[in-house]
Amino acid sequence: MTRLSLNGIEVDLEEGTTLLEAAQHLGIEIPTLCFHQGLSAYGACRLCVVELGDGRLVSACTYPVQEGLRVRTHSPRVLRARRMLIELLLSICPSSKRIQDLAAAHQVERVRFSVRDERCILCGLCVRMCAEQMMAHAIGFVNRGYRRRITTPFDLPSDVCRRCGGCLYICPVCELRCQGPEATSIVCGACVTPAPTCPPVYGDLACYMGAAGECGTCVREPRTPDPHSSDLRGRRESL
Amino acid sequence: MREVEAIIERYGAERRHVIAILQDIQARFHYLPREALLEVAARVRIPLIDLYSIATFYNCFSLIPRGEHVIRVCLGTACHLKGGTRLVEALERELGVRQGEMTADGQFSFETVRCVGACALAPLVLIDGRYYPKMTQRKLTQVLARLRRARPAAEVAR
Repeated sequence: MTRLSLNGIEVDLEEGTTLLEAAQHLGIEIPTLCFHQGLSAYGACRLCVVELGDGRLVSACTYPVQEGLRVRTHSPRVLRARRMLIELLLSICPSSKRIQDLAAAHQVERVRFSVRDERCILCGLCVRMCAEQMMAHAIGFVNRGYRRRITTPFDLPSDVCRRCGGCLYICPVCELRCQGPEATSIVCGACVTPAPTCPPVYGDLACYMGAAGECGTCVREPRTPDPHSSDLRGRRESL
Repeated sequence: MREVEAIIERYGAERRHVIAILQDIQARFHYLPREALLEVAARVRIPLIDLYSIATFYNCFSLIPRGEHVIRVCLGTACHLKGGTRLVEALERELGVRQGEMTADGQFSFETVRCVGACALAPLVLIDGRYYPKMTQRKLTQVLARLRRARPAAEVAR
């Protein structure tokens, strides 16, 4: 057993556990993008950054627990880093629902970088899905640096691909964002709840059925404060 | 692909040797033929995509045929200032191909590189790994002519 401090809570954890698993076990929510339970951790998206006692920022999904480690999962520095990462991801892939949802949840409201709209963030989930779960090894990374992309050998239809669709299933950017009134903006309308609130109430008027946001139930409600944000404590005390 | 077989045999059909195997194939054929990659994948029993990833990651590997003589013109900062781009233009005229391409007779392929670490000798041209310092268009033409003449002799020797 390894004893460490997670957000000030002393916990005993089995050796070999990662910080992300430890946090999830304790019910502390750390955002992830390139992580999936059934696949090996890859540490590509860095969204799960946490701050260690010595001030280092490490990816929680790949960092194993260590005796005496002091970890903060939602320190101001971590939140700043996450916001920056989300902003960068948005500039690559503004059409992705997952990334727009992350942006909304983390109050990312602008993108200061030139927008590329690439439809792939090179998170490697599809590559790992194909290799580790489907045992097909049909797709992988090719080239390097800014030319890096995911494809089949020689860009030809693969002999080993069984058309299972696992890569599409797991892709975090294949799912397009809400096609609402601001479908072409870089940062979306930032609905408070990423899932539409209207279907149970308005049935057919659900955003994705027609002109989205028309009914006005889901768009631009006041934001709820981030439950882990540092100013929460002050707010609670004032209440 | 007898030769590919022999190369694999030399190292052993193990995953840890694939880069060495690919390097030898590259040295022998001047590029990585698709059949060779298929052969290596089958014999070493690794997914083809893994080989393809390696082959596209490293600059020392080429998936398109390279000529007998590989000409590299340096376009690093020093060489660039010393007129490396004019050497590129001269070569394009002389060989009738653009950078990254191979001549139709398979004799020369021509590419540009960023700095070869000998800036005091700028502008540099590398031919088959040999450094040609302080290159000029005239010297380049002479070297090419020499290589062209040397070719029949090399074929006899082989």
